[in-house]
Amino acid sequence: MSRIMMRQMRDNQSGTITAIKAGSELGRRIRDMGLVPGTEIKIQGRAPLYDPVALRVMDFTLTLRNNEADYIEVEVE
Amino acid sequence: MEPTIALAGNPNSGKTTLFNALTGARQHVGNYPGVTVEKKEGTYISNGCKMHIVDLPGTYSLTAYSLEEVVARDFLVNSKPRVVIDIVDASNLERNLYLAIQFLEMGIPVCIALNMIDVAQRRGIEINTQKLATLLGVPVVPTIARNGQGKRELMETAAQIAQQGKELRPLKISYGDDVDQALVEMEAAITAADFLTDTYRARWIALKYMENDEQIMAIGARVNPALAATLTARVRKVSLHLQETLDTYPEAMIADQRYGYIKSILKQGVIQRHYDQNRLYSSDRIDRVLTNRFIGPLIMLAVIAGLYHFTFTYSKTPVGWLESFFGWLGDFMSAHLPDGLLKSLLISGVIDGVGGVIGFVPLIMYMFFGISILEDSGYLARVAFMLDRVFRTFGLHGSSVMAFIVSGGIAGGCAVPGVMATRTLKSPRERLATLLTVPFMNCGAKLPLFALLTATFFAKHEAAIMFAITVGAWGGALLVAKFLRVTVIKGASTPFVMELPPYRWPTFKGLAIHTWERTWQYIKKAGTVILGISILLWAMMTYPGLPASKLQAYAQRRAAEISAFPSAAVLELEAGAKSVRLSAAAQQLKQRLAAIDAHQAEARLRNSLAGRIGIALESVSRWAGFDWRTNIALIGGFAAKEVVVSTLGTAYSLGAVDPEASVSLSQTLAQDPFWTPLLAVGLIVFTMFYSPCFVSVVCISRESGSWKWGAFSVAFNTLLAFSLATLIFQVGSAMGFLAK
Repeated sequence: MSRIMMRQMRDNQSGTITAIKAGSELGRRIRDMGLVPGTEIKIQGRAPLYDPVALRVMDFTLTLRNNEADYIEVEVE
Repeated sequence: MEPTIALAGNPNSGKTTLFNALTGARQHVGNYPGVTVEKKEGTYISNGCKMHIVDLPGTYSLTAYSLEEVVARDFLVNSKPRVVIDIVDASNLERNLYLAIQFLEMGIPVCIALNMIDVAQRRGIEINTQKLATLLGVPVVPTIARNGQGKRELMETAAQIAQQGKELRPLKISYGDDVDQALVEMEAAITAADFLTDTYRARWIALKYMENDEQIMAIGARVNPALAATLTARVRKVSLHLQETLDTYPEAMIADQRYGYIKSILKQGVIQRHYDQNRLYSSDRIDRVLTNRFIGPLIMLAVIAGLYHFTFTYSKTPVGWLESFFGWLGDFMSAHLPDGLLKSLLISGVIDGVGGVIGFVPLIMYMFFGISILEDSGYLARVAFMLDRVFRTFGLHGSSVMAFIVSGGIAGGCAVPGVMATRTLKSPRERLATLLTVPFMNCGAKLPLFALLTATFFAKHEAAIMFAITVGAWGGALLVAKFLRVTVIKGASTPFVMELPPYRWPTFKGLAIHTWERTWQYIKKAGTVILGISILLWAMMTYPGLPASKLQAYAQRRAAEISAFPSAAVLELEAGAKSVRLSAAAQQLKQRLAAIDAHQAEARLRNSLAGRIGIALESVSRWAGFDWRTNIALIGGFAAKEVVVSTLGTAYSLGAVDPEASVSLSQTLAQDPFWTPLLAVGLIVFTMFYSPCFVSVVCISRESGSWKWGAFSVAFNTLLAFSLATLIFQVGSAMGFLAK
């Protein structure tokens, strides 16, 4: 078990969110979409130019930019 | 008056589909006061029971960050609907309930429509509706909006709540000891001071202070600065404590606890999953192909080209019908009205103006139909996903691409539907930057001038020049967008965080309603203004007319010509039968008279207000090499870009030149020593970048919500274009490039 930022995750890798390190609007939007500590996520893939990243969270697919994923800390196997 | 019911819910929860199913054709679209967010209202009728339904913008939350959320919240608070129907996507329950919880916190009477229950079942998700209703304390009705299933039960339940009209006790969730304690204290202080309590509930105000809500805090600071300061100080205390002990903020804590509350409800046997967590949904399988690193972009190019083809090729037939209708109307008026200013006003001002507005309608309808298919199916979100990396570099958003393409990113588009296409963009700054830069694309109306100049001066390199023009427009637009985003529209990029909704088949009804309402808004809002400006431009190019002495001089010249020819030829011409071949003498007379007419038209144009402006501007425009004729033509181009070529023809005494067949004008320019290839390049660049036509300007103003931005696009673009043209002309002349 180790903690890494979401940007470092590989395609198809799963993990559990441990912290959201963004405040203000970005932090709010990330949390509104259900990315809160304890939520399980799985990286689905990345856009052709390797950014943004798409992930499965709960029952839907979410996409965010790599520089936004930098604020999300995930615990992975 | 019938009771008001609000529809709320997440984007992609089927809210619009339900709204259409409930109201059918009894709906209309307007705007919320002062903002560009669409307000959709309609009437639901069943068993003689009538209800007024307002479709709130789709949101994930009720913060004050996005315009949609503020609008939805303000409507709930100020208009106090009897019931809010919260449409919840059953296949994605957890996240959808986040909004529902916030309604309950506000103490608003809610009825939950558990929508797409069929999709949830197919995915192996089973929901105990009864249990969910009991735990949330509000009615829950399963629905399938696409086929109308559950719609009657839903409305009956909503009507019951509306009739009872009882106060709902706001939901109190525990947000952790520190926050809870502070909330209790703040609530007491708020109640004691009657602080905003006539509009909001005390606990909710306290909660919003805790969440750092800009809107509520701004109102609070205005109403009671002293108490507002006390509340803010209390929040800061909690905030510091939370940061020290748990490394988190109050607003993060609140969001966590809301999701915690939802999880605890779902765990009590509300939801059962009979599927393998790693199973791929069909949507994911489609995405493996459509967003694949190699095939994905190729398919996207094909789809974009298809949309473009659909909009501009298939709309040609109806556009042609409208053109022939207005042409026929003009001819009819011209044949039956006496010559004079009224006739000129009706034909060149009113008919051309109305025709100008209506002429865009098929284009806009086709464009919105095509974009609605991409939007409703979920593909548009994938386009944004794939292209965001490119557009973000220039301070734009992945979704900006559609507006650019439609405006003429593939040469031959039109900025008017392009400006309207920015509606699919939700990020305000990115949207404004897109709005202001799409007119740089090469719309179909600019092409005749480019074709004329290329054919005249670069006859062997037409394809290369066309390619350079397209690349130049894209480069210019993206660089200007970047420039605007670091100057007048600066600010961090709006978070991209976006849902990739599952692929769905669009319904024809949904597409038709979507297309029609957006088109109607264009007609309604732009129509009146455009007619007014069209008349104004007509007046500029007509008044003041030639003085009587000049008119007399032309009449005398005509009479002189006529008397110089044998009377047989005159009679032959007056008989004017088109099919008969004229004798050589009559032919010659006809040409001479036409030449006089053309000279008179030139003199008249030169004498008009537009002409005088053109001449007055010559001292400045010389820097870019433009003479008064070019100036007038470019002023005419503000009315519509295709006018540039025909006005240039008039100014060169060739009569009105048909933009599609401008051989005579081409010859004139080629022989004129004043015209050099360098000047042609300057004029092409100027035309690419200068002020959008006024129809686009009106649309930009409407879509940005302010005339300020319309005026900005006129002034800024013209200045930019003139600087570029001057640079090209001056540097080119000094270096001796492209001389004749």
